[in-house]
Amino acid sequence: MNGVHDMGGMDGFGKVEPEPNEPVFHAEWESRVLAMVRAMGAAGAFNIDTSRFYRETLPPHVYLSSSYYKKWFLGLEEMLIEKGYLTRQEVAAGHAMQPAKALKHGRLERDNVERTMVRGKFARPAPAPERFGIGDRVRAKNIHPATHTRLPRYVRGHVGVVQLNHGCHVFPDSAAMELGENPQWLYTVVFEGRDLWGADGDPTLKVSIDAFEPYLDPA
Amino acid sequence: MSEHHHHHDHDHSELSETELRVRALETILTEKGYVEPAALDAIIQAYETRIGPHNGARVVAKAWTDPAFKQALLEDGSKAIGTLGHVSRVGDHLVVVENTPQRHNMVVCTLCSCYPWEMLGLPPVWYKAAPYRSRAVKDPRGVLADFGVQVARDMEIRVWDSTAETRFLVLPIRPDGTDGWSEEQLAELVTRDSMIGTGFPKTPGAPS
Repeated sequence: MNGVHDMGGMDGFGKVEPEPNEPVFHAEWESRVLAMVRAMGAAGAFNIDTSRFYRETLPPHVYLSSSYYKKWFLGLEEMLIEKGYLTRQEVAAGHAMQPAKALKHGRLERDNVERTMVRGKFARPAPAPERFGIGDRVRAKNIHPATHTRLPRYVRGHVGVVQLNHGCHVFPDSAAMELGENPQWLYTVVFEGRDLWGADGDPTLKVSIDAFEPYLDPA
Repeated sequence: MSEHHHHHDHDHSELSETELRVRALETILTEKGYVEPAALDAIIQAYETRIGPHNGARVVAKAWTDPAFKQALLEDGSKAIGTLGHVSRVGDHLVVVENTPQRHNMVVCTLCSCYPWEMLGLPPVWYKAAPYRSRAVKDPRGVLADFGVQVARDMEIRVWDSTAETRFLVLPIRPDGTDGWSEEQLAELVTRDSMIGTGFPKTPGAPS
């Protein structure tokens, strides 16, 4: 979706403000939100792409004015309601009122936390041979799906070169909408800064994205 | 002016409202048997204590002292780090990109906040915020200036936008004046930002 989360190349957000000696969390509730998201994800209540989609679909003014973990919280609450794990009445009451829905992988127990600290695996067997080779010129498609996609707007329509082939991975555009993993070849595609940003762009800049095969046409 | 004050009051009450809402959600999830609070505590403790940039720093320091490891790391980051055993376990899709005198690498996630957690811990606020995400791919030299960092005008700036489940770690250039240093000594020079590409390692002898 063409949401405000797709920020690459936008102007007007001001300077980057590094924070010296930044704490891991700025408030205790942030840590609880992070842990709830991890625990519910490990329990199989949602996949990582669906959780990203729920953050992206926050109204633009909410997305832009909420802190990072506030967005995580708002996305989590809405997602759990829509997936049937909670009701709005329960959220309003602050207590459970309905029977629980079964979790695909069961509750994450204390003794299994270590297991969730390693990143998930996203590589899958290839359903078809790859279409592009290293060094091939490819054009990012000019597509504007209203649902989840990982093709940022700033490369759409532009030509780049395939630099790396990462194999076949879960396709976020399908997984986010719970339409299955639909594995697709994944490539690192490099674009010249001036192709993206015009003649005034930094001539020393090269930018890559990781692009799934359905995002690309031969160029 | 009153409008300004109104916003401040609003922000303040919203913060405590968030705390209450988060607490309520945890109560509901616990009552329904979806989460075990002790498991949440353990997740938080891992990120507060074990998982941080010291993991990435050990990998970088080893690459600086062991050419065979460095080559393996650049060929397959996940596999090479897997052989170390003692650093936190990375997933299958870590790519290590090397800075050279001709090329400076920088990592961003314009769409959300993708970041090599296992190597660097949780990302800092600036990495997840709009100024960095919007400008890193268009004006990386301007972003570097915000960090007080300058790279030579003729150097290539190579920005990696983490748009999939691949994760990127920058291998910075080993600082001069470190001949004969041990891995442990070198690891002390490796900063988090030098592994994102928004900084350089510390200089030997400089105040930290």
